[in-house]
Amino acid sequence: MSRIQATFEKLKQQQRKALIPFLTAGDPDPQLTVPLLHALVEAGADVIELGVPFSDPMADGPTIQRASERALKHGTSLRGVLDMVAEFRKQNDTTPVVLMGYGNPIEAMGWETFARRCAEVGVDGVLTVDFPPEESHDAFEHLQQHGIDPIFLIAPTTNEARIELVAKLARGYVYYVSLKGVTGAGNLDLSDIAHKIPQLRKHIRLPIGVGFGIRDAATAQAVAKLCDGVVVGSRIVQEIENSNEQNVVANVGKFVRELRTAIDQA
Amino acid sequence: MSYNYPDSSGHFGQFGGIYMAETLIPAVEELRQQYLRFRDDPEFKAEFAYELKHYVGRPSPIYHAKRLSDSLGGAQIYLKREDLNHTGAHKINNAIGQALLAKRMGKKRVIAETGAGMHGVATATVAARFGMECIVYMGAEDIQRQAPNVFRMKLLGATVVPVESGSRTLKDACNEAIRDWVTNVESTFYIFGTAAGPHPYPMMVRDFQCVIGNEAKVQMPEMIGRQPDAVIACVGGGSNAIGLFHSYIEEKNVQIIGVEAGGYGIASGRHAAPLTANSKVGVLHGNKVYLIQDENGQIIETHSISAGLDYPGVGPEHCLLKDMGRAQYVAINDDEALAAFDALCRFEGIIPALESSHALAHAMKIAPTMGKDKVLLVNLSGRGDKDMNTVAKLKGITL
Ligand SMILES: Cc1ncc(COP(=O)(O)O)c(C=O)c1O
Repeated sequence: MSRIQATFEKLKQQQRKALIPFLTAGDPDPQLTVPLLHALVEAGADVIELGVPFSDPMADGPTIQRASERALKHGTSLRGVLDMVAEFRKQNDTTPVVLMGYGNPIEAMGWETFARRCAEVGVDGVLTVDFPPEESHDAFEHLQQHGIDPIFLIAPTTNEARIELVAKLARGYVYYVSLKGVTGAGNLDLSDIAHKIPQLRKHIRLPIGVGFGIRDAATAQAVAKLCDGVVVGSRIVQEIENSNEQNVVANVGKFVRELRTAIDQA
Repeated sequence: MSYNYPDSSGHFGQFGGIYMAETLIPAVEELRQQYLRFRDDPEFKAEFAYELKHYVGRPSPIYHAKRLSDSLGGAQIYLKREDLNHTGAHKINNAIGQALLAKRMGKKRVIAETGAGMHGVATATVAARFGMECIVYMGAEDIQRQAPNVFRMKLLGATVVPVESGSRTLKDACNEAIRDWVTNVESTFYIFGTAAGPHPYPMMVRDFQCVIGNEAKVQMPEMIGRQPDAVIACVGGGSNAIGLFHSYIEEKNVQIIGVEAGGYGIASGRHAAPLTANSKVGVLHGNKVYLIQDENGQIIETHSISAGLDYPGVGPEHCLLKDMGRAQYVAINDDEALAAFDALCRFEGIIPALESSHALAHAMKIAPTMGKDKVLLVNLSGRGDKDMNTVAKLKGITL
């Protein structure tokens, strides 16, 4: 059983919802990424989405754009991110890690090499924001071959036919984008989520995580009631941005613990 | 076998596609359906033709640059005068087409990215013409080097949003326009300015720009009794070039030459010429194309004297034409483009856009190697008024 599947099954038995924090690898400094990942787990993260920085993050708002810029300034590359996961796995063999980013760095490495490296270092899933199912044949084939779950997005604009398409290809979990906009936007609509999730369940048997625009514990709690997992990204990156090297690990841990407590009360 | 691209999924061979975030996929799919519906609609075609004739001033003439040709002592250089269009560049052909489609789709808000500002001005113009709200994203660096166009857009009622991220040029303006679109997807039509981006844009922009080549194919025989020996155009994203080239693809006797921005020279690494520099295939802004990038797949900042060519990618159809060997792609450096700019001013009394000066420079380079009976048709894609500040600065003059 994959780490992602095992994690969601355990949560289901415990009647808990997954907390899925996001941060950009290499932000604020590549040295701090692995300590931050461990801090996320200690604070109660169930699955980690690790952002691979890209020069042109079209789907991201200013907060994650700046995180990418900081990471790239420190020379963070896809190869480097894979090494970070390998390092993380030395002490953690249970928490799933999903790489999230844009397709071009993977295209440059080659999907075959990338998928093989993912399996070697212990990456569990890959979410490529700008590769919709229509353009994911290559990606899908290689990821499948190495047992890596392709994670797909569903948006408020996604129609029924496309939901079915995603249902066919997706593994691990499905990520519902809770608003029309970029990451970190503030126009999340709880009633849309409440309306949309049951519709998705008609086609999708996998767990459904919801993210984009979840900025505090109260919203995380409200969203957790409606789905199987809550993804929090920009708000954590903001915590990183507002901290210094000495207190960043502690600050992120503290914020994620607040999210955990709130979600467990959902 | 006849040339017929893209295929139904929007691919030109391995290039093109719809590499977009899920939120926008339904939007590009709707756009595709609506475009296919109206493309052959007689009423749409008639309205487009009417606007091109009475608003843009088409057909644009072809002009024999005789003094310039004589000075070079070789092939005769003819210019397709897109600089004479309303708003001063070929960009308006496409902007009108997309605005007519936006109108039929009931979209009242249009957005655009712009580099040199010509597409921004064209979009602001058609938005005023059809009573639409208009937001133009423009890199902060380009806002500086194309100040007159920023003022024009504002006069036309558009909001110009400076983009401070990344290299603060065209690619970053594209990123920001995409972010706007994803946020306002239901109300907004993205008037994309070049023959790139997710399907159907490369096809649709090409179709709207094909009027250039369609006219030329009729005009050249009228003027000289035959087609030219070569057609030459500058390539940023590739819209003016594909607009001229497309009608000539099946004319096997006509050589097709695309001219990219060589910047400080290909060897310097500071250029905007992915085809000439043999850049690797990559994915950016919705399509798979040849892309200037580092070994880790990060996009590298490009350089060109001309803001409109300062872009790391190129449209998918040019990538295919290169691979097929049907078109040839070369680069012209900043200084060569500037020399061509000066020459056209002095010999013909025409001030060309710096973008178009690249195409002209290549024609001037090869003309002397050819016989006087040979004919080169250069797409003069725009006029140079917008470039006064840049050129003055390069000459050490303060205006
Ligand atoms: C006059 C002119 N020519 C050429 C271009 C390059 O665009 P494309 O390659 O799409 O024709 C621009 C872009 O701004 C332009 O303003």
